[in-house]
Amino acid sequence: MQNSNLNFDYKFGFSMPEKNVFKAQKGLTKKTVEDISDLKNEPVWMKEFRLKSYSAFIKKKMPEWGADLSKIKFDDIYYYIKPTEKQVNSWEDLPKEIKDTYDRIGVPEAEKNFLSGVSAQYESEVVYESINKELNKRGVIFCDMDTALRKYPEIVKEYFGTLISPYDNKFASLNSAVWSGGSFVYVPKGVKLPMPLQAYFRINAERFGQFERTLIIAEEGSFVHYIEGCTAPIYTTASLHAAVVEIFVKKGARVRYTTVQNWSHNIYNLVTKRSVVDEDGIMEWVDCNIGSGVTMKYPSVILKGKKSHGEVLSIAYAAKGQHQDAGAKMYHLAPETTSRIISKSISKDGGRTSYRGLVSVAPGAINSKVYVSCDALIIDEQSRSDTYPYMRINEKNSEVQHEATVEKLGEEKLFYLMSRGINKAEAETLLVNGFIEPVVKEIPLEYSIELNRLIRMEMSGSVG
Amino acid sequence: MLSLKNLKVSIAEKTIIENLSLNLEKNKVYVLMGPNGSGKSTLALTLMGHPIYKVKSGKIIFNGINITNFESDKKANSGIFLSFQSPLALTGVNIFSLLRAAIAGKKDPLILREEIEKTAKLLKIKKELLDRPYNEGTSGGEKKKLELLQVAVLNPKFIIFDEIDTGVDVDALKTIAQFMEKNKNGRTYLIITHYNRILKYVKPDEVLVMVDGKIVKKGNYKLAEEIEKTGYAKF
Repeated sequence: MQNSNLNFDYKFGFSMPEKNVFKAQKGLTKKTVEDISDLKNEPVWMKEFRLKSYSAFIKKKMPEWGADLSKIKFDDIYYYIKPTEKQVNSWEDLPKEIKDTYDRIGVPEAEKNFLSGVSAQYESEVVYESINKELNKRGVIFCDMDTALRKYPEIVKEYFGTLISPYDNKFASLNSAVWSGGSFVYVPKGVKLPMPLQAYFRINAERFGQFERTLIIAEEGSFVHYIEGCTAPIYTTASLHAAVVEIFVKKGARVRYTTVQNWSHNIYNLVTKRSVVDEDGIMEWVDCNIGSGVTMKYPSVILKGKKSHGEVLSIAYAAKGQHQDAGAKMYHLAPETTSRIISKSISKDGGRTSYRGLVSVAPGAINSKVYVSCDALIIDEQSRSDTYPYMRINEKNSEVQHEATVEKLGEEKLFYLMSRGINKAEAETLLVNGFIEPVVKEIPLEYSIELNRLIRMEMSGSVG
Repeated sequence: MLSLKNLKVSIAEKTIIENLSLNLEKNKVYVLMGPNGSGKSTLALTLMGHPIYKVKSGKIIFNGINITNFESDKKANSGIFLSFQSPLALTGVNIFSLLRAAIAGKKDPLILREEIEKTAKLLKIKKELLDRPYNEGTSGGEKKKLELLQVAVLNPKFIIFDEIDTGVDVDALKTIAQFMEKNKNGRTYLIITHYNRILKYVKPDEVLVMVDGKIVKKGNYKLAEEIEKTGYAKF
């Protein structure tokens, strides 16, 4: 009597009637790129940046490794949809179907309780944004990328595209050509945000591409925790999400970036995320990939300054029809830099997870320390997990530790739990949630509860 | 309370127990002894519904219901409990989440927590153990006490103690056995053991000796004493 897995499990799979004030023609041409830039009234340099990115996109080949992307039809996607006339800072001012969407996801509620600021992107544009006034007074900037380009052109020009060039990979080229929305965060020297900032990304339209662009700059000694969440309706057609995120962590600053990715299974999620860290700075990526059909994402940290620290804690969950190809990259360029990668992946019902990681220690990065641990849990015979750890250690005077485990969900453990009266699905859920616990405990409580709940839904929906 | 009728149990087509019939009554304590490999644990795991032990023929009747083919969660929910010989560690799962899942919303989590803490105190289980992943880095005695703690919370009617007295020091054994004795009313105990020492605290009504999957002798507590002295050779 099981429904299709997707419909049964996925709470955010609803869609709203599509209303918009502008929708670009289907497919991608030079004109689409120009139109987007003109519509946004951008400075010439940005238009040129987009156009050269577009040429790069045309020339670049699809990646020859990783997940199967052969079914993406670039001509069958809408690259830009403007959902509302203007951005608002009160939920009440949003069109009803958009407000209802965020209510159902629970964003306004979260905002009231534990966030310093919220940004909500619907299709191509950020439709709602607000930030705590106190933080505003202290010079913290939190706005969408388009607004940042208008209001703070110097800062944007200084950093934009410098960490991830439009030539980096095909999807970074694509994003650079048609980007829209995303967050701009600027935290002045010494300012530590007491509560997280949250960006919420929602795709509502069918055959759509969302290409947000995020830039975070944390000045000396500052701290910010940025959280992003994403969901979309279930369609039989594929949509594309290709974001670019660049983060600059200055001396002694700390940035934590948490992702709870819960796209519907018809989404290709191909994201480039990179950060560069100065002396004594700390960059932490907490990356949870539960949704999407295909994800390729390897958050990177360039440890440029002495004693800087990088961390990637990740969870990947792949059920039927899903391939999570995720991992991390750490570049140790300076002495006494340290990094830690902890990856936990779960595959079930024929799902596939891949851990793909690169650790590079450059000559001269003496006394650097690397710790990599990747654990895979395979629930049944049909499922698959692969590990591709790459190590380029070019400094003898460094310490590298790598641990990897693959385990099958033990029949004995299941029996033990079932002998206590727990049904099989619940027992599996308990074990899976236990398996990811070391990463989950790093996530704010509100999100970890959500994450455990998600896993529970995913697990229980498919036991037949 | 529980009766076995001509039970035949195999593992991977190898017969371990054959033609076993037994009747175990309410409010009674049974002791099951026998040499290693005689089928005691097989019986325990079969009663609990372990998937690798297949009941080839015969029946398990519990309170008038044929539970032979029940999966283990259903067996547990009808009132059967197995205290494991070597309980496993559960990564990232503590006793609270384990028992919360086991009672599945039948009790308020806060009341459950109080109950767990109260019982832990009675069993002299260190409080910090309760928040740690279940059985990770715990001693033999602590593991067995945590099994008993679950008995107290889940309140089963038929309890199999598979070597609850092994890997346990003298003090822990005393705590465990006294707890068992105090809570035996209204229940049936099937205690699998190699030793007499636990029987000083929990007086058995009947001692059963199993050899090669068959009950070869029944007697009172003196039989247990005799076996400890002279072994199983004569059976």
